[in-house]
Amino acid sequence: MTSEPTPSATDASIATTVIRPSKGWVSLRLGEIWKYRELLYFLVWRDVKVRYKQTVLGAAWAIIQPVMTMVVFSLFFGKLARIPSDGVPYPIFSYSALVPWTLFAFGLSQGANSLVGSQNLIKKVYFPRLIIPIASVLGGTVDFALSLTVLFGLMFFFPVSLTWNLLWLPAFTLMALATALGVALWLSAMNVQFRDVRYIVPFLTQLWLFATPVAYPSSLLSEPWRTLYALNPMVGVVEGFRWALLGTETRPGPMILASSTACCLFLVSGLFYFRRMEKTFADVV
Amino acid sequence: MSSRPSPSSDLALRMVNLSKSYTIGARQERYRTLRQAITDTALAPFLRIGNLFKGRAAVGDLKETFWALEDLSLEIRKGEVVGIIGRNGAGKSTLLKLLSRITEPSRGFAEIRGRVGSLLEVGTGFHPELSGRENIFLNGAILGMGRTEIAQKLDEIVAFAEVERFLDTAVKHYSSGMYLRLAFAVAAHLDTEILLVDEVLAVGDANFQRKCLGKMSGVAREGRTVMFVSHNMAAIESLCSRAVVLDKGRLLFDGDAATAIHDYLSQQGSEELFDGVFPPPGKGGKFQLLRRLEIKDRLDRVGTAFPVGESLTFTFHLKLDRPFLDLQIGVGIKNELGARVCTIAPRWSATPLGSVEAGDVQVSCSLSSLLLMPGRYLLKISVGDGKTDYEIYDDLPAFEITPGDLWGSGSLPQTFSQGIVLANAQWALEVPSPTAPTLETAEP
Repeated sequence: MTSEPTPSATDASIATTVIRPSKGWVSLRLGEIWKYRELLYFLVWRDVKVRYKQTVLGAAWAIIQPVMTMVVFSLFFGKLARIPSDGVPYPIFSYSALVPWTLFAFGLSQGANSLVGSQNLIKKVYFPRLIIPIASVLGGTVDFALSLTVLFGLMFFFPVSLTWNLLWLPAFTLMALATALGVALWLSAMNVQFRDVRYIVPFLTQLWLFATPVAYPSSLLSEPWRTLYALNPMVGVVEGFRWALLGTETRPGPMILASSTACCLFLVSGLFYFRRMEKTFADVV
Repeated sequence: MSSRPSPSSDLALRMVNLSKSYTIGARQERYRTLRQAITDTALAPFLRIGNLFKGRAAVGDLKETFWALEDLSLEIRKGEVVGIIGRNGAGKSTLLKLLSRITEPSRGFAEIRGRVGSLLEVGTGFHPELSGRENIFLNGAILGMGRTEIAQKLDEIVAFAEVERFLDTAVKHYSSGMYLRLAFAVAAHLDTEILLVDEVLAVGDANFQRKCLGKMSGVAREGRTVMFVSHNMAAIESLCSRAVVLDKGRLLFDGDAATAIHDYLSQQGSEELFDGVFPPPGKGGKFQLLRRLEIKDRLDRVGTAFPVGESLTFTFHLKLDRPFLDLQIGVGIKNELGARVCTIAPRWSATPLGSVEAGDVQVSCSLSSLLLMPGRYLLKISVGDGKTDYEIYDDLPAFEITPGDLWGSGSLPQTFSQGIVLANAQWALEVPSPTAPTLETAEP
């Protein structure tokens, strides 16, 4: 949809909107998302508020899920398979990866189904459609904050001392969100026409989990394979988290560079693809 | 994209050749050869994936274009309240969707001056788990209101919806009436220069509909531009000064509301109702006395759909094969539930038809302000000489009474549970004056 408010000749206070067919690749109009930031806020707030309604344990699920996975991983990969953990106790090694991973996997799956799940909104009201997947992805941040506090608790317990590297944590968090959003944009837009996506998502997340050093360290790979491996943006995120929190030796370097480049690629291509397909959403969904 | 200044500064909306097409999956063509069938089937997924990147909808393999709206050009001035009427599938909702930017036109363009609020549905985005208060904020944000704006209007919205006591209860526990009231209340407080409304009034009980209608006419009086889609002709007539009739995506009529409604109804009625030519298909009369029936309104316009309260004249064209000493034409009017509303025949009239010679004759019968409820009416017609009925036709779907703003109140009894005819009632209120002298104090 191509329309932009421009001041009219006669009355500066009334904006004129022109509605006409758009062709091909269209501009992202990110400014419009800023204009609709309150709607974004309310959608995130609704997702968070509604998620644990009518559950007995409520928001505790945000902690239970990664903690249980950590216990399972520690038992099978840590104790039985004796997978190395870069000199850090295995539970905290895997948990520090599970925290950003859960944020990513949640954002990916929620985001991919977001457009189809909001079809009643899409068919009845106008707002920049980008808001929907963005809100879905951001909905995971509250759970993330909760599981992160558990992580700090674990670090205090084991104990692992904090360093100034911690200041990098927001950057890696942002990278996890951006990657999740980038992939979710592709998938959600495709999901509108091909509901196959719904079946691909669980499979994709599982595969992606194994392709990410959550249960094992990326130091198992030798260079240059390790840097190549970091083209999976989640490799950079997970190793970045471990470096910032636990002081493992993966400081920002070629790996992080590869990961952040791939992340940006996902995000930008996702945004443009989404905007291109956007005009068909209300008609097809 | 460039925007051109409107030629006239008092225009709120301008549409030029606005069109919207949908591709619909057409019936599969029969494959001529097996080889073609196999290659087509094998190629189809690739074609579809190709479409994924072209920004095109890819639903079926074989497609047909369907124009939901075609070359609509309209100009709407600021402060005008325009009704949009038309049958289902005429393009009314498509038009509102295009103007509210939910979907993109395929051709043409529209220019909108001012903020647009669209109410295509009440309660869009309501979440059952959230409380009334939370849903007000959420729904308000979805409709394009800011948080501070909603907070300012909260009390007003709550009062209008009459849900004060349940404001912090999850809306899933609301009765459907409360839910609708709340949903409409939020929407009704949307303060945009242009308002697009689709059938919002078609919900809720009669009381609530009246309240919505009242609010809508308030909106109309405030000088805001409103485009209003409804099947409720009474609402259109009382709210709108101008109306647009759409049919199959095209503009059929644009003018004052009363004419538009008449236009639409006569066009709509004619297709499904009996056309007045005897014998009706499948009902052959032996003598073929009755040849044609015309139903006219008070201005002698022949039609099959009439607004409520209209005076009707039935004109029967007969070809009598013999002289009739006492020509009797019995007409029974039944409503669509099969209940006989009334029966008319010359024998009860002070001026019966009497004896009639053989040949072509016309018999007219006028019924002044027939207070039939809106709905479809069936006729039973018999032609006889007072002793024998020579011809009887039953269950002819002859005409339709359409809702209208008969008494200027914007509403009428709606269902047959409220009766099968309308009554023209005059209400008066008398309050005994407290200062009136009483017997005790009349004389000292």
